[in-house]
Amino acid sequence: MSQAKVRRRGVSADEVYKGLLAAAAALVFVIVALIVYEVARGAELSIRTIGWKFLTQTEWDPVADKYGALPYMYGTLVSSLLALIMAVPLGVGSAVFLAEIASRRVGSIVSFVMELLAAIPSIVYGIWGFFVLAPWLRTFIEPWLIAHFGFLPLFRGFPFGIGMLNAGIILAIMIVPTIVSISREVLLATPGTLREASLALGATQAEAIGVALDAARPGILGAIILALGRALGETMAVTMVIGNTNRISLSLLDPGATMSSIIANEFTEATGDLYLSALIQIALVLFAVTIVVNALARALVYFATGGRRDAAGAA
Amino acid sequence: MIPAGSPGGAAAARAPWADRTPTIVRVARSVWNRVVIGACVLAAAIVVLPLGLILWHLLAHGLSGFKWEFFVSMPKPVGEVGGGMANAIVGTLIIVGLGALVALPIGIASGVYLAEYGRGRFAATVRYTADLLGGVPSIVVGVAAYGLVVLPMGRFSALAGGIALAILMLPTLIRSTEEIVRLVPQSYRHGALALGAPRWRVTQQVVLPAARSGIVTAAMLAVARAAGETAPLLFTALGNRFWSLQLDQPMATLPVFIFDYARAPYDDWNRQAWTGALVLVLLVTLISAVLRITVRRIQTR
Repeated sequence: MSQAKVRRRGVSADEVYKGLLAAAAALVFVIVALIVYEVARGAELSIRTIGWKFLTQTEWDPVADKYGALPYMYGTLVSSLLALIMAVPLGVGSAVFLAEIASRRVGSIVSFVMELLAAIPSIVYGIWGFFVLAPWLRTFIEPWLIAHFGFLPLFRGFPFGIGMLNAGIILAIMIVPTIVSISREVLLATPGTLREASLALGATQAEAIGVALDAARPGILGAIILALGRALGETMAVTMVIGNTNRISLSLLDPGATMSSIIANEFTEATGDLYLSALIQIALVLFAVTIVVNALARALVYFATGGRRDAAGAA
Repeated sequence: MIPAGSPGGAAAARAPWADRTPTIVRVARSVWNRVVIGACVLAAAIVVLPLGLILWHLLAHGLSGFKWEFFVSMPKPVGEVGGGMANAIVGTLIIVGLGALVALPIGIASGVYLAEYGRGRFAATVRYTADLLGGVPSIVVGVAAYGLVVLPMGRFSALAGGIALAILMLPTLIRSTEEIVRLVPQSYRHGALALGAPRWRVTQQVVLPAARSGIVTAAMLAVARAAGETAPLLFTALGNRFWSLQLDQPMATLPVFIFDYARAPYDDWNRQAWTGALVLVLLVTLISAVLRITVRRIQTR
């Protein structure tokens, strides 16, 4: 910047150039503001007509013009948490493998697979879950769960194949790359002296990894929350495998619906004004939730890596 | 002398700092060590597994329909076997191209701004906002595009789809352009400035050419990623069973076609959905994979 003052000519051209670039950058604010404005405006009718009951009612009946979003919020929450339960141990374990154990060659292969997994369109996960995973669940896994764990309300019911469990598994596959790539970065960012000191004190490799994991905890937490944000908003894959029924059931084997799946399924068919507005209000709730979750996650990752990385490259 | 019962009693004389841990603890620790490391290796193996399964099934189910006909013929009416997704493939290319046309100039300019001038609070806010935008679910972007474009126009259109995709491309584009422009060595800038070039010429004629291949790669990556998006197209571009190149009309896209065909109760349509998915993955993943490798080569150089 200091060199700029030395120059005599071209100052105005410089200003113009910088101004143009800054204007392009400022467009990001405009876009986010427009999204907020449009979604809020579309949801206004529903917010005014239905009010807070929207979030607590379970009935969704377009014919009677009754809209309650609770089953969808429940579905989004449960399918995402289910995904986290499966993806977190696997993801953190893989990250440890990549950062601490694997040789460079094996590590680069696994990272490559992670990148490919992250690049597969969500509709492809959906079609796989629908045509491949669902029959497997229906014929092998769910009957087994019912036979052995049927005493738990979680595994009661009929093996449909599609439903909460399927959605959770598909979501887990989809969010694992996020957890792995960021956790790995965070682990690599912890000082190597931590491990060296542990090993010098006679710790086993696993114990040294434990020390490193302890130091990396905030960043890994950020990675997990970021993955949660992704799971909450995921649409197509979930829409294909969750079954799309409007009910709250404790059983993971039962079909359900999520906030994003109801929008995907009914938006183009929504006839009444209030119906459409109610769907847009669901989008508004989803938007608000994911913004909060993402802001939290990015702050955590940012501080954990000392600003070295802000999770942008992980996308 | 060694105390009785001490482990590892092979050594005759033991230093005072020698390990006096009971054998059982030592064995337990060593076993636990193996268990933890084994679990991590297992986790990595499990995580890699789905990719193999998905690719295998894509090929197993999709390859049979992967014929010339699929790319050049139109969808057949319900009940007739055969046909292809020519209109959807062209539609995807058009809408993605439209999105890229909108997003590329904005995204690259913003990225360059962040890399070259991005030190103040304004730049930090732009960065943060771009990241937040990247976290907005694509279906919400679709809803916003519906309100922004579809409602004022009075109908679903390819244009609305293109704008939705453009919004989805922006965050990745901005942040990866920034990272790549930052990789250009400071000495390039110093050299050009020392020769008396104004700052804008330094950026435009020295920094950007040096970063060109990287920017192209980042751009294609963002575009390829957006090509697989389905949710925001459902109620913007909608879909179309007929041939249409008009931007103000509904247009078919590959992801939406796959979605519709996969849910249809016809075996032939389901088969075509698999083939469509295979084509889509080839389109998206292969581009990304090849690009990632080139990027790495550029970065290591």
